[in-house]
Amino acid sequence: MSTPKALRQSAALRYGSAGFLIFWCLIAAFPIFWILVMSFKSPVDAFASNPLDVVFGPVTLAEGDGLSIMDVILGLGVLWLSFRFAFRHLPEMVAKFTKPGSVILGWVIAVLGFALAFIVVFFSILPWLLQGVNAITGPLGDPFIGLTVQHYVSVWVENEFYRNFINSLVVTGGVVTVSLTVGTLAGYGLARSGSNLAFWLLILALIFRALPHSVLVAGYLPVFINSAEFLRPIFGDAAPTLYGKPYAVIAVLVAINQPFTIWMLRSFFQNIPMELDEAARVDGCSHFQAFRRVIMPVMWPGVITTGLFSFLLGYNDFLVTSLLLDAQNQTMVPAIAGYFNRETTTTDQVEAIAAAVSITAPLFLLVMVFQRQIVSGLTAGAVKG
Amino acid sequence: MKFKTFAAFVGPSLVMMLVFIAFPLVSVFMQSFYVTQPVFEQVEIESCTPGFPNPTCVTEVKSQPVIGDDGKMISETRFSGLESYRNVLELDRVKAAIGNGSWSELMNIDFWKALRFTLTFTLLTLPLVLVVGLGIALAVNNAVKSLRGPVIFISLLPFIITPVIGGLSIRWLFIGDGILTAAMEWWTGTNISMFAQAWTIEAMMMFYRVWHVAPFAFVIFYAGLQTVNQDTLESAIIDGANRWERLRFVIVPHLMPLIVFIALIHLMDCYRVFEEIVAFSSQSHVISLQWLTYDFLTPDDAGNRAISRASATAMLTMVGIVILLIYPLKRTWRDHKGSH
Repeated sequence: MSTPKALRQSAALRYGSAGFLIFWCLIAAFPIFWILVMSFKSPVDAFASNPLDVVFGPVTLAEGDGLSIMDVILGLGVLWLSFRFAFRHLPEMVAKFTKPGSVILGWVIAVLGFALAFIVVFFSILPWLLQGVNAITGPLGDPFIGLTVQHYVSVWVENEFYRNFINSLVVTGGVVTVSLTVGTLAGYGLARSGSNLAFWLLILALIFRALPHSVLVAGYLPVFINSAEFLRPIFGDAAPTLYGKPYAVIAVLVAINQPFTIWMLRSFFQNIPMELDEAARVDGCSHFQAFRRVIMPVMWPGVITTGLFSFLLGYNDFLVTSLLLDAQNQTMVPAIAGYFNRETTTTDQVEAIAAAVSITAPLFLLVMVFQRQIVSGLTAGAVKG
Repeated sequence: MKFKTFAAFVGPSLVMMLVFIAFPLVSVFMQSFYVTQPVFEQVEIESCTPGFPNPTCVTEVKSQPVIGDDGKMISETRFSGLESYRNVLELDRVKAAIGNGSWSELMNIDFWKALRFTLTFTLLTLPLVLVVGLGIALAVNNAVKSLRGPVIFISLLPFIITPVIGGLSIRWLFIGDGILTAAMEWWTGTNISMFAQAWTIEAMMMFYRVWHVAPFAFVIFYAGLQTVNQDTLESAIIDGANRWERLRFVIVPHLMPLIVFIALIHLMDCYRVFEEIVAFSSQSHVISLQWLTYDFLTPDDAGNRAISRASATAMLTMVGIVILLIYPLKRTWRDHKGSH
């Protein structure tokens, strides 16, 4: 079908719009791409004022860390093949080898197995292979671009960043599970009740959503620090001090996240026709049985989408975790503040960059896998009003 | 649905919100009227210096903190009324500053400095986010179908990145002789230092915020563009409307509810601007209201947290949120009434 003449656009408009789009994509991706590049260079290169120096890293190269053309070609090739495999063949294999009931388990095993295979191939077989290849290919095998992983090693091994990573996992995992469990129930209740009470609850949630988090933390802090005294009448001498405990932070983040979660889940539940509940009720289900056996199986897309946004909230939070967790239980994002506040040497700075890239990498994967869900989640709340 | 089942479904969520949101609010409100301080006592101390023939002795009255049995300072909590609010607002200095007609003097007071920045930041980024978001949405809608997926993927990156890290990634482009500062110096031929004065830091923060939020506006506008009524567009063409007029009179009115939605979310989120201050380490030049509360809550060198002053700033911040939300809430209530 050809466009009607009246709708056809002038060349200036078409190029203008394409140019704007390219410009935007550059701006959107550049800072993230740039910290990725910087994190692999020695400090002198990373903060060089000439961009070419940052990309090719002459100082890093002079220190003996570099990649040859063959390294780059083969490395990119393996990356491309593994991405292709992950997005084309892995889903098919999961569908083939798992029974319908255990799809989630199948995916967990598949992802873990894939990650393990990737690590083995990329970090031990490939370097071994490349040593041989570089020796044979002559000029193609000489290093030409500086690249070092020492900052990642010092962040993850020497500074024990993996502890923060585990803490982040605990907090975000807890936040996602609890807020989805509590949120689906409430979202369903609110979607199926047209009463004034439901309306007022939603408005209350909207007001709660607008509260600055520091206001709430100002309320928790004194209580959490002294909680052993408050809770002694109930728990006796085993009364815990809530300050610094991950589960206390999980509870706080779940509560902060609740307004958003129930709004979003409610709009997903409203898309599921009422007739489905009614049919189940006619067949003799109670409200709760109808919810569990009939509604939830068709709700998974909505739940996954809302779970993604809960994940983002828990993972990205700085304010609550930095104020309510002690150094021992610190998550990744507040921990990075420690790096750039030291500002003693430029090496610290580059280590901070490596830590920042490490935090961003899981998010990048998340967008790759769940792009569609994120987009549908963003629009779900808005288009409904 | 019966009330009982409704309560069973909504109960857990409501309890969480009441315990962890409503209760802290009440407790913050109460705290803001009380002050917790270490108890001091007056002690007479006689100190003697050796002398001849008699040592010279001086008796002076010193105040020192009372140490309890457990070796810690004993502190007491007393009702202080509006004192914390007075300490935060510093109305005397405000009066003096207004009397002198000196804007810079007013901007030396933390609270007013933070309020000024929070408001300008919110109001300046709002139109930028809307315009950039709509621009990208129109451009993507105009692009070839196969390009749309990758463009959406790239656009989502700034939105999904951890705010502190997003801010840092912008900061690292400019810090010292970072490549963008170097490029600007080469371009203008002058020596530029992006972190030496407030306004450049503010500009970078606003750039970061627009970069971070525009994708959100874009995705929502893009979804809205898919539902524009093609018949209305065609009749507009037949009536001789050019492209600009079609955008102005057909597409924008269609997107109006979405514009209101994005504006509301953006106002809420921008009003609690905080991560930028951390990422750009700008506390000596620029601070925001939420950062002020955060600063009172972090322990100072002596390990004390200024809880009551934090509570007072928190309550004052709340007042702003209430003012911000009155209009949209009224509107929602009217719509709700209308739909029944």
